[in-house]
Amino acid sequence: VILAFDWTQLAQQIVIGLASGGVWATLAVALVLIYRSTGVINFAQGEMAMFSTFIAWSLVNHGLSYWAAFLLTIAISFAGGVAVERAVIRPVERAPVLTVVIVTLGLFFVVNGAARWIWSPETRSLPNAFSTRPIDVAGVAFSISDLGTIAVSLAAVAVLWLFFRFTKLGLASRAAAVNPDASRLVGVRVTWMLALGWGLAAAMGAVSGMLTAPALASFDQNLMQPVLLYALAGAVLGGIDSALGAVVGSLLLGVLINLIGTYVNWVGTDLRLPVALAVILGVLLIRPAGLFGRPLETRV
Amino acid sequence: MRSRAPGVAVWLLVAAVVVVAYLFAPRFMSDFHSRELAEAGVFFIAIVGLNLLTGYTGQISLGHGALMAVGGYTTAALVVHEHWRDVWTIPLAGIAAGIVGFLIGLPALRLSGLYLALATFAFAIAIPSLLKKFSGLTGGSQGLRLLEDAPFQVTGLSGMVTIFGHSMTQNHFLYYLTWGLGLLGFLIAWLLVRGRLGRTFRAVRDSEVAAASVGINLAWTKTFAFAISGVYAGVAGALLAIQVEIVNPLSFTFLLSILILVGAVVGGLGSLGGMIVGALFVQYLPDLSTHVSTAEGVPDFVFGAAIIAVMLLLPTGVGGLLRRVARPLTTRLYLRP
Repeated sequence: VILAFDWTQLAQQIVIGLASGGVWATLAVALVLIYRSTGVINFAQGEMAMFSTFIAWSLVNHGLSYWAAFLLTIAISFAGGVAVERAVIRPVERAPVLTVVIVTLGLFFVVNGAARWIWSPETRSLPNAFSTRPIDVAGVAFSISDLGTIAVSLAAVAVLWLFFRFTKLGLASRAAAVNPDASRLVGVRVTWMLALGWGLAAAMGAVSGMLTAPALASFDQNLMQPVLLYALAGAVLGGIDSALGAVVGSLLLGVLINLIGTYVNWVGTDLRLPVALAVILGVLLIRPAGLFGRPLETRV
Repeated sequence: MRSRAPGVAVWLLVAAVVVVAYLFAPRFMSDFHSRELAEAGVFFIAIVGLNLLTGYTGQISLGHGALMAVGGYTTAALVVHEHWRDVWTIPLAGIAAGIVGFLIGLPALRLSGLYLALATFAFAIAIPSLLKKFSGLTGGSQGLRLLEDAPFQVTGLSGMVTIFGHSMTQNHFLYYLTWGLGLLGFLIAWLLVRGRLGRTFRAVRDSEVAAASVGINLAWTKTFAFAISGVYAGVAGALLAIQVEIVNPLSFTFLLSILILVGAVVGGLGSLGGMIVGALFVQYLPDLSTHVSTAEGVPDFVFGAAIIAVMLLLPTGVGGLLRRVARPLTTRLYLRP
């Protein structure tokens, strides 16, 4: 029996997919920022975002409203990201790529350990950032929380884009990423631009974490590990060196995984992660540069 | 040529000291400590194998834990399903992981640097769920239990093992087995990298274009490096299975892949001697970290901080330090007319 296709459900599932994709996109953009400035994947990005989320939780617990804590946490995370770059990445700037990768893996343990040390490992929860009421758009009920999540993550990405596109500092940091030597000659302080990149990445990660946590009934220190994998898959799909690609890739991935989970029965919710990993492997094998990335070229 | 003779003598002396230390170390060690050392030996073998791939051929792998899983599950499946004696499964475990390594090496030809790291990373993350999926062979999330399901195939079931008339405890036997294979693997790796193959590997690592233009077959070299690295990982996985007498998806998580890579980088990529330091580092550091404080999170914090500290102090690992310190010395001692 062929039933009439439920367009309402499709629209709802696409919005749910966009909401999770939006959260992944903010973390994916953080990964791209660091890849472009430092040339490595920061495996500790998810843990740094988790740490930010716990800071936000503490602020909320001390009586701040969610949105006040949100903005304050972004500022703290920015400072933290800059500090991490100064302390542990700067000394290995000229070391082999693998050395820097190992440092980020070390950071993974340090940040995760510190979070469990400071905040005991019991589960906790953040208040909902948005009203949980559904909203009616053209006869279809959407959750305000999903639409709000999409709006906030896209706004965060847009602010970042405006910064890079229209400010002098943004121009300088783009220049430092593309051609460090020439930038140094025209007076750009390249190492501080790298630190700025780490700060902005940490701030974007904070947004991602603070949007992830309230959607869950409860969370602990392993909150961001799956999100990091989805963000990585989204960034690879869009092209690891392209911020636009990371956003488009993550949104596509969010919708794709949600639709597959809904309409392909044997995938369900258990196999969501393997689907993301298959996307990583597939993209890397078919088109390593992703949808928007520039192919890796080597000058001989 | 005269100046080379003392160099050979020194190497022979070092080899003799290592063999004597290997043979007599258990006399001065408790049962427990020889067990710990046997566990470090597993890391040592896997790290030497990864070094052949990453250090000498320049192919980054974040997925060696998955290759160890292939070896470990081959051993466990042969013991539990086919009732093989556990130690005789080791060669087959090595071959199985070598074949899987070769197969991974094929798509890896299209990838380089960080992209390869990402692909192997995805592979390492996916392995535990794949192991759960094929539960007929792997026992699902329960895993395979050597001791419960095939006790008579486990060497040292009675607690004592007798070899050539020498009787020893099971843990001393595991020490001799693991480090015997470890030293054999080290010797083979050393013979490989000092000859033509080693030069081929290094040529591919340093410049693929230059290597190809002097007639090196890039595809063959890289897949061969993956295969041989896989053999080492497979043997290490088999030894791990024999030591713990149980394998399940949690035995081969992504953490294992990270530890192997950390060991190789701390030991110093492109240096075989440093690998022993790398193995001891990843074996003993997590344990030492708990001595600082057992409070929640502190051991991980200390472990991570130690990794970062080593990388900041020795960006090229212990091997790089040895090269810098030892080479001028040997040069001064032997190459002066």
